[in-house]
Amino acid sequence: MIRLSVPLRQALARLSVPVLIAAAFGTMLLGKADTLLVERTRMALADLLAPLYAVAAEPIGAVRGTVAEVQGLLNLRQETARLREENDRLHRWQAAALALEAENALLRRQLTFVPDPAPQFHTARVVADAGGTYAKAVLIATGPFLQVQKGQVALDERGLAGRVSEVGSRSARILLVTDMNSRIPVVLEGSRARAMMVGTNGARPRLQHWPSGMQPQEGDRVVTSAESATFPAGLPVGIVHLGETGWPEVELYARLDRLDLLRIFEFGLAGILPPEAVTRPDPSVRPRH
Amino acid sequence: MTRRGRPASAPGLLARLDALARAAAPSVSTVAAMVLAAAPVGLPTLVPAVALAGVFFWSLFRPASMPAPAVFGLGLLQDLLGFSPLGIGVLTLLLVHGAALRVRRALAKQSFPLVWLAYCGFAVLAVGLGYLLQALLGWHLPPTPPAFAGFWLAVGLYPILAWPMSLAHRGMQRAEGLA
Repeated sequence: MIRLSVPLRQALARLSVPVLIAAAFGTMLLGKADTLLVERTRMALADLLAPLYAVAAEPIGAVRGTVAEVQGLLNLRQETARLREENDRLHRWQAAALALEAENALLRRQLTFVPDPAPQFHTARVVADAGGTYAKAVLIATGPFLQVQKGQVALDERGLAGRVSEVGSRSARILLVTDMNSRIPVVLEGSRARAMMVGTNGARPRLQHWPSGMQPQEGDRVVTSAESATFPAGLPVGIVHLGETGWPEVELYARLDRLDLLRIFEFGLAGILPPEAVTRPDPSVRPRH
Repeated sequence: MTRRGRPASAPGLLARLDALARAAAPSVSTVAAMVLAAAPVGLPTLVPAVALAGVFFWSLFRPASMPAPAVFGLGLLQDLLGFSPLGIGVLTLLLVHGAALRVRRALAKQSFPLVWLAYCGFAVLAVGLGYLLQALLGWHLPPTPPAFAGFWLAVGLYPILAWPMSLAHRGMQRAEGLA
């Protein structure tokens, strides 16, 4: 260790804060100028921490489970009533679905219909909240057996949750549909009107840009649209709900506040991808046209 | 216990390791807490609150173990763990560190509620600066509820985090008194 005289050392200590504050501004500039470098560093760190998170997931899961159980016990009565009502409704739907399935099979036989191939999916564990105060994203643990690519679609067991935005060797980041930077082309199932679902960082993303005269109605089902070839058509997204200001919002099917497993789907679509993916095309991603 | 006579010998390997561990404990424990806080528990993100509490406490009570470069590293870690533009955490934590060093002579002697109150002031400034920088770097106004949630989390978490930290601090002081 280098021995310095006391006044010199004091002067250095006093200087270090201003110098480092200047370095902080430098970091900001770097973050603005070279987003690719930042992204790589972030994924390297996430890769480094992913095994640790995977180990910590068990106790954290136990804590979360306990909290959820206590909440469940507290509103057991209400929950039972709701489930009974939902069960009745689902029975009616089941009858309708069976009738439609039979009819569908009958019609298909007459059309020599070629069915869509069933999409491939992998299930991955959500290990960390990778957002921040003003962003909504989660980190999933991947591995040698689970190859994930940028742009793939992530669903939880109920509906659309987000898209893969950054990929490392052991982890991947999913940008959730509630994030402010998320724009999802959707279709209102009732009127077949197209719209954009725009994240606001709140729990319910907003709908925008619907065709004039086709105002989204409360309770309309919202599904993804195949516009721009980023999503397959018809993935369940949520239900239209008019917010306090009267602006249509989407009540998501996916429960983004308690994600623990995500299904990463490979639909073989290569729509809008980030710039560096265009300059270095990935041979394993084939557009399905 | 009184000791007589002998001149102090040069510190042995174990003593030096001990001192090193004491010097590194604040930043290492803060890093560990931040990494754990990034786990998904269904709350808004806890990472900035944990980082702020760690930097504030150790800059106030043990500034020698929380030097400015360590604060820089913690800020960088905060930015990289989250999805926010790079540099916001670095700048806010460094400013908190600098300001805490300025007021530490007056504040370190005060009782816990007063320190907590001062921490609330620091948290307001840190969250406000974070909001401002986010707006400037992202070039659109972020919504305010997450900022408020972040502030209340920071303020509410401080006593929970300060308790083990002050235990550790007192333990380290005792160890230094013995040595």
